[in-house]
Amino acid sequence: MTEIIAPTGDTAALAPVRKAARESEPPPTEKIGALRWLRRNLFNSPLNSALTIVAFVLVAYWGVSFVEWGILDAVWYTTDHNVCRQAAGACWAVIAEKHRPMLFGVYPYDEHWRLIVALVVYLATVTLTLTPYCWKRSILIPLWIAALAVMGTMLWGGVFGLTYVDSGQWGGLPLTMVLFTGTVVVGFPISILLALGRRSRLPAVKAISVTLIESMRGVPLITILFFAVNVFPLFLPEGMEIDKMLRVVVGMAIFFACYQAEVIRGGLQAIPRGQYEAAEALGLGYWRMTYKIVLPQALRICLPGIVNHIIAALKNTSFVLIIGLFDILTATTAVMQDPLWRRFFVEAYLFVAAVYFIFCFALSKYSQQVERWLNEGRRF
Amino acid sequence: MTRQSAARKPETTEAVIRLSDVNKWYGEFQALKDINLTIKRGERVVVCGPSGSGKSTMIRCINRLEEHQRGTIVVDGIELTDNLKNIEAIRSEVGMVFQSFNLFPHLRVIDNLTLAPMWVRKMPKKEAETLAMEYLERVRIPEQAYKFPGQLSGGQQQRVAIARALCMQPKIMLFDEPTSALDPEMIKEVLDVMIELAESGMTMIVVTHEMGFAKTVADTMVFMDAGEIVEVAPPSIFFEAPKSDRTKLFLSQILTH
Ligand SMILES: Nc1ncnc2c1ncn2[C@@H]1O[C@H](COP(=O)(O)OP(=O)(O)OP(=O)(O)O)[C@@H](O)[C@H]1O
Ligand SMILES: [Mg+2]
Repeated sequence: MTEIIAPTGDTAALAPVRKAARESEPPPTEKIGALRWLRRNLFNSPLNSALTIVAFVLVAYWGVSFVEWGILDAVWYTTDHNVCRQAAGACWAVIAEKHRPMLFGVYPYDEHWRLIVALVVYLATVTLTLTPYCWKRSILIPLWIAALAVMGTMLWGGVFGLTYVDSGQWGGLPLTMVLFTGTVVVGFPISILLALGRRSRLPAVKAISVTLIESMRGVPLITILFFAVNVFPLFLPEGMEIDKMLRVVVGMAIFFACYQAEVIRGGLQAIPRGQYEAAEALGLGYWRMTYKIVLPQALRICLPGIVNHIIAALKNTSFVLIIGLFDILTATTAVMQDPLWRRFFVEAYLFVAAVYFIFCFALSKYSQQVERWLNEGRRF
Repeated sequence: MTRQSAARKPETTEAVIRLSDVNKWYGEFQALKDINLTIKRGERVVVCGPSGSGKSTMIRCINRLEEHQRGTIVVDGIELTDNLKNIEAIRSEVGMVFQSFNLFPHLRVIDNLTLAPMWVRKMPKKEAETLAMEYLERVRIPEQAYKFPGQLSGGQQQRVAIARALCMQPKIMLFDEPTSALDPEMIKEVLDVMIELAESGMTMIVVTHEMGFAKTVADTMVFMDAGEIVEVAPPSIFFEAPKSDRTKLFLSQILTH
């Protein structure tokens, strides 16, 4: 594209003028040695050099002590707590010893296999649901009907010769998953309606949305759970009873929805007026415009914020401890009351942390993948 | 192409748009003052006037993107009132092209075009896609059908926007400064498409400063200033012998550069 620079001197006038556009060259490949990389990224100023050294020393110090404690001196397996007491390092054996009540809570011990089946079905269903190939009604609807039927049968039992287990006895990881999934599945549509409602031109709709969002955001989740479990039943007509698990899920879902609504509202505000006008000018009505034009754009703008709250919702499930449900964290706390193993609670909590981390990390990785899909071939 | 292949016949007397004593306020500010205008089927009207004179406001009242507060607007026999059904009916008969294109960035070009036919007209997907390709060919960019709007040039985007409006097979097309956001070399490609559309007999109201275009296609020139219609005349008279001093001043300013 650039012209050849004519050589100076007598030949300048004779130099041929290049007509055709210059062929483009491949970009220069940068070969940077390790040393050069270090210089450029870690030691490029006195301050950075100092920070690098300090950080390196700290990481090395903690890293070495963690490796000593967690690996070199650790007890990996024993059924005898005394072995652990004598060891200088971590007692990972506590996980082998206690993982059943930690993962499954107070659910009857002999029925734990049912929870494993339910968990496997759950993870498989969620994985399939998140795969674009399966985003067809003809796959998703039967899939979820079948999955819910299997999971319900496994958790409650009472049919096919399975003993009945009340939802009050559910616990551990399956309980965490039920609460989390219920919260997001019930709460997300509500959050969209609340976000739209808050921007509505209809005064009544707007007032209801604002009131609900502001009042729910103003109280702690624990208060809402307490209400759902202890106060709400007092308002029900005589003889009517709503499952405690359902009340808890709905309470958590509304709490989740009120936060999520504000995130989504942020996305809605970012949609230019011209988009609404173009949709209206084509004759699209409010709901169709919202569904086809506004929401797809708004949700993708605020996807990071949405995922943020979904991850928070997963961890918020641990609040059910105050209403006597044993999610994975509460179950662990209860299990670690065992005087023989009590002193190894750190290892037990690290295990629970790892379980939470796996799920949260998977969620955040998945959301990054979604962003990549959304950005394919598009620029604004 | 499909419907309006007949030659131009602005002589038909049937009025498709009638604005009578239309007034509009933005808060305290009066943007339209007693607007009276009748547009016949197949007529091509070019609206011009200084910035802020109410041109956009007037044509946006025709498909109710803005609400007028006094007077009546009748489009294709339907009066614009608060009745939502009427508004949606009118909007599906009136296409609009905006200065800033307003394509839907999350949809491919073809989906931009098929959206309204499928969801407003309930046209089957296959049929809507055939129709969309037909109009993309008409605006000469069928090869862009599977790209996203962000991947097109401004001129191409505006032509997609025109095709999108035409896919609803409207009776009337409104253009609000369709070339003002374009680089000079792209203006012509858009104007060419509009000239072709005008030749096919479409009823058009075009707000534009492109006086060359106006001279070529307009049946009627409308000059607005300060919320009023100052002059309505065929282009031969409008450009050669305008009556109002305000029109003369405006024309001298716009034609000298
Ligand atoms: N939403 C609004 N709120 C308040 N005032 C407005 C609004 N829209 C337009 N106006 C005012 O109304 C007047 C007419 O605006 P309009 O957009 O119709 O002008 P225009 O003739 O299209 O001008 P331009 O050539 O700059 O597009 C202007 O003075 C403008 O400031
Ligand atoms: Mg304007």
